[in-house]
Amino acid sequence: MSKTILTIDDSASIRQMVSLTLTGAGYTVIEAVDGADGLAKATSNPINAVLTDLNMPVKNGLDFIREFRAHPASTGVPIVFLSTESDDAMKAEARAAGATGWIVKPFKPDQLLAVVKKVAGA
Amino acid sequence: MSKAADPTDTFRQEARELLEQLEQALLDLEQNPHDSDLVGSAFRALHTIKGSGAMFGFDEVAEFVHDFETAFDQVRKGKAEISPGLVTIALAAKDHIAQLIAEPGRHAAAGAPILEALRKILTASDTSMGEVAAGSVSDAGSSARTTWNIAFRLPEDALVLGTNPLLLLEELCALGTATVTARADRLPPIETMDPEASYLGWEVVLETDQGREAIEDVFIFLKDGMELTIAPVDVEESARAGPGPASSNGTPAAGRPARSAGSATPSGAKGNSSLRVPAERLDELMDRVGELVIAQARLSQIAAASDDASLKTVAEEIERLASGLRDTTMGIRMVPIGTLFGRFRRLVHDLSGELGKQVEFVTSGEETELDKTVIERLADPLVHIIRNSVDHGLENAQARATAGKATKGTVRLAAVHTGAEVAISISDDGAGLDAARIRQKAEEAGLIAPEARIADEDLYQLIFHPGFSTAREITSVSGRGVGMDVVKRTIESLRGAIDVASKPGEGTTVTLRLPLTLAIIEGMLVRVGKGRYSIPLSAVEECVELSASEADAAKGRNFLNIRGNLVPFLRLRELFRTQAPAELHQKVVIVSAGEQQVGLVVDQILGNSQTVIKSLSKLHADVETFSGATILGDGTVALILDVGHLVRFGQTFEERIRNSQIGRVA
Repeated sequence: MSKTILTIDDSASIRQMVSLTLTGAGYTVIEAVDGADGLAKATSNPINAVLTDLNMPVKNGLDFIREFRAHPASTGVPIVFLSTESDDAMKAEARAAGATGWIVKPFKPDQLLAVVKKVAGA
Repeated sequence: MSKAADPTDTFRQEARELLEQLEQALLDLEQNPHDSDLVGSAFRALHTIKGSGAMFGFDEVAEFVHDFETAFDQVRKGKAEISPGLVTIALAAKDHIAQLIAEPGRHAAAGAPILEALRKILTASDTSMGEVAAGSVSDAGSSARTTWNIAFRLPEDALVLGTNPLLLLEELCALGTATVTARADRLPPIETMDPEASYLGWEVVLETDQGREAIEDVFIFLKDGMELTIAPVDVEESARAGPGPASSNGTPAAGRPARSAGSATPSGAKGNSSLRVPAERLDELMDRVGELVIAQARLSQIAAASDDASLKTVAEEIERLASGLRDTTMGIRMVPIGTLFGRFRRLVHDLSGELGKQVEFVTSGEETELDKTVIERLADPLVHIIRNSVDHGLENAQARATAGKATKGTVRLAAVHTGAEVAISISDDGAGLDAARIRQKAEEAGLIAPEARIADEDLYQLIFHPGFSTAREITSVSGRGVGMDVVKRTIESLRGAIDVASKPGEGTTVTLRLPLTLAIIEGMLVRVGKGRYSIPLSAVEECVELSASEADAAKGRNFLNIRGNLVPFLRLRELFRTQAPAELHQKVVIVSAGEQQVGLVVDQILGNSQTVIKSLSKLHADVETFSGATILGDGTVALILDVGHLVRFGQTFEERIRNSQIGRVA
């Protein structure tokens, strides 16, 4: 059974790229458009990993991470956030909030695949 | 769902919206140079375009935006001020980005001068961002196969936070040949053990030719907070807690996404859920609803004629549902006109610079909704009228000063609902139209007879005549006399009308009046002689009876006194040259268009019905009295009266009578 990845990003083009890349590699992808949408989907679908942007309307990524981690459904689920720059402060904050890993934007499809494989397996 | 969209299409669409956001932010910044939210908004838009652009192969875009963004960052950090000059360059940069996206590979050269101008105006040039794009994997400083001792322990909450030690071990093993041993020395007694905590440690002896960095990469996400030692077997170890510098793939340049709407799935944008739908599907939906409405009318008729109570009930229910469906469907196509207004801000800004006139652009009624297709077709006419206002209407600074006006001219764009119409007005506080010169030009062109008495409003309408221009010189912006007739035709093709009002020395106002809905309306059915006609209900003000005595007394002066107002009336029987005998008590339906009203005298009022508007064929396109036709429940055709035209006709009818011309109505 394929692994399910939740991708949260308010940019339709990024969501599309993530979706195409991951489904092409055999993952199942669920898309969400902001932190609130992401939280709803993360807590009502069995997922193997979350890929989330940080800067989003309605609910941003950091709040999503905190709130998801407070929910039992998040146990053992790796959360990868999209890092905007080599911003160590942001990385630290996200880690403190409960994120597992990050990927720096802009990223190419194979970089994305490498990270997803790393945290969630094939 | 549908076939896979070209990924670059999504990017292009997103970029278009982001560029629009950027433009609005820049224009707003010109008015409010210290608003940091606006700077942030502009910055985010740029950031996202750069990031997404790089991901979709638009490298020129990413490169240009990178440099542009660097400079703009100065502003965000408070190191540079927003000036009108900066805004103008920024707008030019925005145009350039749009071009790079639209035609990749052809415009790269045009970017350099823009960046140069930008740098100049910001003085500092901080282009050394240092790190280069195209991240590469950690240098393969690898060489011979080396054996490493790797020992690591995860923080206790690592499992809960999504780290899977098995995956880490798998990654290590994939680097070469490895032996793994688990260390259970830190397991607490079972009573105090937290099943979700990580207590194990691992030792891995790995033989690999990948080098140290590859090993460190495995733990890249965990470097803080974990215990990790990596030591080559043959070297004297000094236990190093904490890993070396992790090399991350990818570049530091990134994009922070701005707001965008979704594609095939419902998504959020600015807090509302919205959906992109191809316009053809909406049209299809409209057609089906239209057909449903016609069928429902037929059903209602049958039900009315029948004794079956349950049939009547159902027919009523269906009528209610069809009406609701109609309203909802019409509503889908409605778009606030504010989307158009935003475009014009840029236009006025550029015109102002081009013509050297200071202009204040004020808008109101942005929430006023119009059918999407109407809005799209309004864009060009409005651009034209605004151009005229700025170019010909507003005087230059000197003339304004002489006239005692403020140096800054004002162009006001307003949209408002009135009954069945939307009125869009463009007014300027310029010099106004010169009636005498219009008249002169018209007489020269043979459009009017020299002695004819013509009201100013009608004189102004002559400016819509093809080739007519009283401009003394042709500027690059306007004056060729080509545009206004196209404007008029476009508005008329939307079944709308244009009015022009002007006060010499004070300004001019052009008002476009457009019908609210195009396809399905609530209509009032009336009978004139043997024919049935539909009047848009939203235009109907009231109905009164015209008693026979009143009719006689009014002969020659077709006015009704409605609560003190004199309302002209038109006998439709005469208008349509009906032969059939008249009802004794005629009814008058008072309709309005804009500020004016007219009473339509009919034989009988039949009731309301939902009316699906069918256009008249090309053969009848010039008939102004009717705006379309509809199929009634019993299958017969009723013509829909064009209220706007009849109201205007009613006014002129009176004028003609007053001017002692007896016109036979056509």
